[in-house]
Amino acid sequence: MNTLKTDEQHNILPDEWTMILRPKRNLLDINLHELWQYRDLIMLFVQRDFVSKFKQTILGPLWFIIQPLLTTIMFTIIFGNIAGISTNGIPKMLFYMSGIVGWTYFSTCLNDTSQTFIKNASIFGKVYFPRLALPISVVISNLVSFIIQFVFLCMFLAYFMIKGSDVSPNIMVLWIPFLVVLMAGLGLGFGIIISSLTTKYRDLAHLVTFGVSLWMYATPIIYPLSEIPEKYQMLVLANPMTPVVETFKTALLGVGQINYLHILYSFVFTVVLLAIGVVIFNKVEKTFMDTV
Amino acid sequence: MPNVVIKLENVSKQYRLGNVGTGTLSHDLNRFFAKAMGKEDPTMKVGVSNRLDTVDGRYVWALKDVNLEICDGEVLGIVGKNGAGKSTLLKLMSRVTSPSVGEIKIKGRIASLLEVGTGFHPELTGKENIYLNGAILGMTKKEISSKFDEIVEFSGVKKYVDTPVKRYSSGMYVRLAFAVAAHLEPEILIVDEVLAVGDAEFQKKAIGKMQSVSRSGRTVLFVSHNLTAVEQLCTKGILMQNGMLKMEGKVHDITSAYKQMSVDENELRRSGTRVIEFLEYNMADITGKKIDEVFLGDNFMVSATAKANEKIDFCDMTLDIRNDANEFIGHINNADDCFEIKNIAKSDTMSVAVMVRNICFAPGTYYISLWLGNSYGTFDYIENCIRFTIKQGDKFIRRPYPFDKRAKTVLQSTWSFK
Repeated sequence: MNTLKTDEQHNILPDEWTMILRPKRNLLDINLHELWQYRDLIMLFVQRDFVSKFKQTILGPLWFIIQPLLTTIMFTIIFGNIAGISTNGIPKMLFYMSGIVGWTYFSTCLNDTSQTFIKNASIFGKVYFPRLALPISVVISNLVSFIIQFVFLCMFLAYFMIKGSDVSPNIMVLWIPFLVVLMAGLGLGFGIIISSLTTKYRDLAHLVTFGVSLWMYATPIIYPLSEIPEKYQMLVLANPMTPVVETFKTALLGVGQINYLHILYSFVFTVVLLAIGVVIFNKVEKTFMDTV
Repeated sequence: MPNVVIKLENVSKQYRLGNVGTGTLSHDLNRFFAKAMGKEDPTMKVGVSNRLDTVDGRYVWALKDVNLEICDGEVLGIVGKNGAGKSTLLKLMSRVTSPSVGEIKIKGRIASLLEVGTGFHPELTGKENIYLNGAILGMTKKEISSKFDEIVEFSGVKKYVDTPVKRYSSGMYVRLAFAVAAHLEPEILIVDEVLAVGDAEFQKKAIGKMQSVSRSGRTVLFVSHNLTAVEQLCTKGILMQNGMLKMEGKVHDITSAYKQMSVDENELRRSGTRVIEFLEYNMADITGKKIDEVFLGDNFMVSATAKANEKIDFCDMTLDIRNDANEFIGHINNADDCFEIKNIAKSDTMSVAVMVRNICFAPGTYYISLWLGNSYGTFDYIENCIRFTIKQGDKFIRRPYPFDKRAKTVLQSTWSFK
């Protein structure tokens, strides 16, 4: 057994080379260990994003709150008051805001990571580090803003509860950390696949921004899932973000549908998506400098 | 026995010419079908050896069949013209991109410095950037913290370390960036042209730092167009040409081969109104035999024929002699010998010969530039068109050892006792 092991090692690295660079790499040769060695770099990227975003702004991190707040107000006026879409008896502001906070995390993760290669070409062209470090750092720094927005949402929720509105946060809130992981995973997965493809075909970059905003309407953000006519239900449910957002809202507001099968679907979807994404990303990162 | 730390086996790198994005999809499909049917990749065949002026062929080999072994503790200088493949070679070794063919084997931790200040963010302070840049270059936070004071000390921007780097002068920026890189401790360090920045004092400091890095037994690969820096730093060298490894050897052999190559390949630089123009020129010994080598103290002839395109009343001719560092060493003019070139009819051809007596420059390689003109301007000027070597011989120098290369001329002397 022992001899077999050393033989195997010799197959990989004859003469004890630390590294062999070859034209093609095995698709599944993903070096997560190396990524772990660069964890300091990931955290420094997070810090960079955070610090640079609010340098020379007066309101600083307050912008994290202003953004969803203004969107909520706009949605309340347009969809709630003008269009008159039902919110299942939940205060409109609260209904929209809970959807927006969840959706924003997913969509910023997707948008930001989808530009990984193009935006960082100048760094990638000069120095090697595991390329996955960048999209991962984006997901983490967006998590920071999500947490701030989430805390704000909770305060909002508490205010409405004191006022006596009919909302009831329930035991399902324990699902929320898991839902956040799913949002991050979906955003990251789609993002790195798109960024891998945009190194050659830039068309996708144009598609992403408005694609994501259209996608929002296929997710129960501005309407409750229960309001969807039967024939479109399958379509909305095929969207892996639907169970995530719906569960998120139900946990906080107490009104909505929770279907564990749907959550399982989202989970499996996320895992498969991430696996495919990492494989594609891993293949592209080696030579993308030649085509970007 | 020296330990090989980098080994390149048949390494080649292919690049697409022209605009990527038009027709890439069809190329990809082409490749895919060829592969599916078990044929050779169709795009690989049209590759041509890397000449920057090649227009046919949609793909180009930036590197072709490079085989190289580098041992630990070696400081290897890589020289070559623009487009010779130097930077591509470094990019492959620093893992920025992958080879198209071949294998690169590396032993030990590798750090590359293809640019100073990679990833510096203008909004972050000097301190924050030291950490960020250090981590990008492969250091852990702990390592950076332990060297932080040293880095700040070396950069000399201590006062501004809490100021965003966008407020820095470009010199401060570069110094800080280099300081971070200089404190990396990899087994193999790859450096591309970064010493070309900063003022003279800082360059000296940077070269000193690199020397101390190499003395500590680490392997350094160094690309530069500054041959003096290459000679100062490196022990070995390689010369790249058109994507191929042309020569490998001691650094001085490499740099002199490179200097020679740049003269041989340069087309002659020529200027002037061509009222009269040179047709032929050569160098010969006093018997008239063409030569390109003389001994110190010899006499030799330079002759030229020129054709007048218009009538010329009066004209001067000079010979400028430069050494291989392009320093102006000698100047010869027809007026010094009270010789006049005048009254040349249109379409006439004239021949002029000048004998240079007792050449007294230090042994080495020299280039003669020919000039025809008068006080109104230049008719024809051909730069460095005749190349010749002066050998020591024993006519002027009789010492049994080589002449001191720092001196530029040799003076004849007579010694006596009193």
